[in-house]
Amino acid sequence: MSWRFSRRSRGAEMGMFVLREERLNPPEYRDGLAAVAEPGAGAIVTFGGHVRDHTSGQRVERLLYEAYPELARKEGTRILAEVQRKHELEGLAAVQRTGVLWPGALAVWVGAAAAHRETAFRACRQVIDRFKTELPVWKREVLADGETRWVRPQGLQREGRG
Amino acid sequence: MSAVTVPSEREDSSATGDGREITVRYFATLREEAGTEEELVLTSAATVADLYGELTERHSLSLPAGSLRVAVNHRVEDWEVTIGEGDVVAFLPPFSGG
Repeated sequence: MSWRFSRRSRGAEMGMFVLREERLNPPEYRDGLAAVAEPGAGAIVTFGGHVRDHTSGQRVERLLYEAYPELARKEGTRILAEVQRKHELEGLAAVQRTGVLWPGALAVWVGAAAAHRETAFRACRQVIDRFKTELPVWKREVLADGETRWVRPQGLQREGRG
Repeated sequence: MSAVTVPSEREDSSATGDGREITVRYFATLREEAGTEEELVLTSAATVADLYGELTERHSLSLPAGSLRVAVNHRVEDWEVTIGEGDVVAFLPPFSGG
C-alpha cells in the first residue's frame, strides 16, 4: 500500500491508519504527516514501538505479528478518528506492521501534529495506548532457547507454550 | 456438530432451523488449536455463543468464551448475536499488538 496523504483529506477523515507486512519507513510517514500539518502545526510528536531483544530476563530471537486485517484496519481507523475528535489536531497517522520481526525492527509507528506540543504528545500517547488493547493484533515470541509463546496483554498471565 | 435445532430470530430463509453455512476464522492460539485459520461450518447454533460451544468441543479449544471477543462480518459483536447464512464469524483471543 502506498503511503500518501491528500490535502483534501484534511478534516474529519484526516486520521490515516495503515497495516503492512513490509518493513516500515518512518521518514516517509513523518514527511507525509508534516505535509498536511504544516504550517499550522507547531509540534509533531512521533512514537516508534520496536522489538526488544529480551523479555523477563530471557533473550527474544524474533516476534511473529499476526493481525485480523479487515477488522484491524477498521479499528485502527476508528481509534484515530476518535482521538482526533478529542483534540485539536493538524494531522494524525499510524502504521502497524505484521509478519516476522527481529529485535530492533519497528513494529508500530504513530504521529500526531498539533499547534501546540501538549496536544500532540497527548494524542500520540492515546493512540498507542489504545492500539495495545483495541487492535486485533497478536504477537508470538520466539525465545533464544527455542521456546515460543503467545504474548498476553499486560495484567493477564502469560501462557507458556511449546 | 450439534443436532439441536434452535430457531433463529432472523427473518430470512435461514431461520428454518435447517442449519446455516458460515465461515469461521481463527486467530493466534485458537488458530493453532483449530489447526486452520478458516473453515466452512454448517451449524444450527442460534448465537455466536452457541457456535463457540460447538467449536470448543470439536477442536478442543482451550480458551473460555469469557476471555475472547467475537466479530461477525468484521464487526465486533455481542455473544448473543444471531448467526445468519454466509456470515463470517471470528473468535479473537486477548490482543497483544503494539
